[in-house]
Amino acid sequence: MKILVAVKRVVDYNVKVRPKSDGTDVDIANAKMSINPFCEIAVEEAVRLKEKGVATEIVAVSLGAKQSQEQIRTAMALGADRGILVESDTELQPLAVAKCLQAIVAKESPDLVILGKQSIDGDNNQTGQMLGALTGMAQGTFASEVDVAGAKVKVTREIDGGLQTVELQLPAIVTTDLRLNEPRYASLPNIMKAKKKPLDTTTPAELGVDVAPRVQTLKVEPPAERQAGIKVADVAELVEKLKNEAKVI
Amino acid sequence: MSILVIAEHDNTGLKGATFNTVAAAREIGGDIDLLVAGAGCGSAAEAAAKVDGVARVLVADNPAYEHQLAENTALLIAEIGKNYTHILAPATTTGKNTLPRAAALLDVQSISDIVSVESADTFKRPIYAGNVIATVQSSDAIKVITVRGTAFDPVAAEGGSAALENLDSASDAGLSAFVGEELAKSDRPELTAAKVVISGGRGMQNGENFELLYKVADKLGAAVGASRAAVDAGFVPNDMQVGQTGKIVAPDLYVAVGISGAIQHLAGMKDSKVIVAINKDEEAPIFQVADYGLVADLFEAVPELDTKL
Repeated sequence: MKILVAVKRVVDYNVKVRPKSDGTDVDIANAKMSINPFCEIAVEEAVRLKEKGVATEIVAVSLGAKQSQEQIRTAMALGADRGILVESDTELQPLAVAKCLQAIVAKESPDLVILGKQSIDGDNNQTGQMLGALTGMAQGTFASEVDVAGAKVKVTREIDGGLQTVELQLPAIVTTDLRLNEPRYASLPNIMKAKKKPLDTTTPAELGVDVAPRVQTLKVEPPAERQAGIKVADVAELVEKLKNEAKVI
Repeated sequence: MSILVIAEHDNTGLKGATFNTVAAAREIGGDIDLLVAGAGCGSAAEAAAKVDGVARVLVADNPAYEHQLAENTALLIAEIGKNYTHILAPATTTGKNTLPRAAALLDVQSISDIVSVESADTFKRPIYAGNVIATVQSSDAIKVITVRGTAFDPVAAEGGSAALENLDSASDAGLSAFVGEELAKSDRPELTAAKVVISGGRGMQNGENFELLYKVADKLGAAVGASRAAVDAGFVPNDMQVGQTGKIVAPDLYVAVGISGAIQHLAGMKDSKVIVAINKDEEAPIFQVADYGLVADLFEAVPELDTKL
């Protein structure tokens, strides 16, 4: 089977992002960028399915600025066979991304599409579900276990009260949760090999997708600051403060 | 303005997040209808009719909706949602699973996890793990929104007298099937609704040591949470995780025990009213957000806390 994996270039998860002082945007001009952690898990799952003999080809797709090809190369170094970059300087919102991916799905006809459950910049948690609606495929979101058997895939999902298992018809969409797997590191020889793997570039216009944002960001601001706290000397003082000062117990 | 709120329920009763979502709907203003989609969900529908501020309860009682599979429920929401200006659901795993799918069917860019209503088309939501609050305005004809429960005080569960209306819809996409579920059993309050939460991190060292926290939790009527490190190490199940990728809580009191305070954990708890940190590393970032910090070995401090309560 063919697997399509979507990867996003985001600010590295260790960077503490701050808004610009004029409130127009976040200040990430010089921040370290990486592959979104959930997307890394998606790539890893695809590679494991290939190693098990379930998958035959892995195509990594990314959408955004030209530099997103670095993240496609990372996916290739981890085991993806080829890449597609949908280049756009417009801010791509989840619906626009899902529409571009829909066009790529129509061309590539993958049996499984794996995405992360959310990107750690926009924190939207929408793209996989939207792609499901647009392609008419079933969705297994927040997956912690994926088991392909014949024309179906069994997905164990992390839900609020515990775990839920669903069975989906293929082709289907899976979005990864943190505990699906532990992504591997790319080895130096694989990073070198990844440079030679094919990478096609296209644009939303070529895919026939209107990516104009539907939601406008009017302002960004820092969250309300917490008042500086105090250190207490011992447990007795802590209990006393909680009872008499904070009055929460 | 006409607002459709998707009720979160287990067929027998409503889940707490529904009341917070109705509260957000009331801030938008307009008639509020509640949709209860399930199977054998009559008692959940009756509970919905009593929710304060609800005009109508739409009931879709059909085996296709029993486990609220996204493929089926999204078809239903998109079908009836066309007649509304706003569609709201709680930002729970159920809401997050279904609503974006319904939004795409309606060709709408949905807005996730709002924490405030500025006007009928403008909302605030956290991005970058809660380090930035964005004010966003939607130009779509239908606003499709998930609501962060902890940001809105719940409406009363009693006092309303909405009319029940049965829908004979049975949208079965035929794409997915429910196989089974494993729900964690707990007598303690639900994490996202608890007034007091006590959480353990990597510093707990193993799962057995969480007993120390359970004892304190039982005295305080608290729920017990965990950091990702504690979940990944297998100390406790994943539904206890508090953070950007776990649950978002905002209790009156949050006690972080043996938790360093990574950005991703803070994203899940920094709106708590009072935060207490117990950690032996006085440089731990958790002390920067804690109202009361105790630099101590948790294996001495927690049992002592237990005896002093």
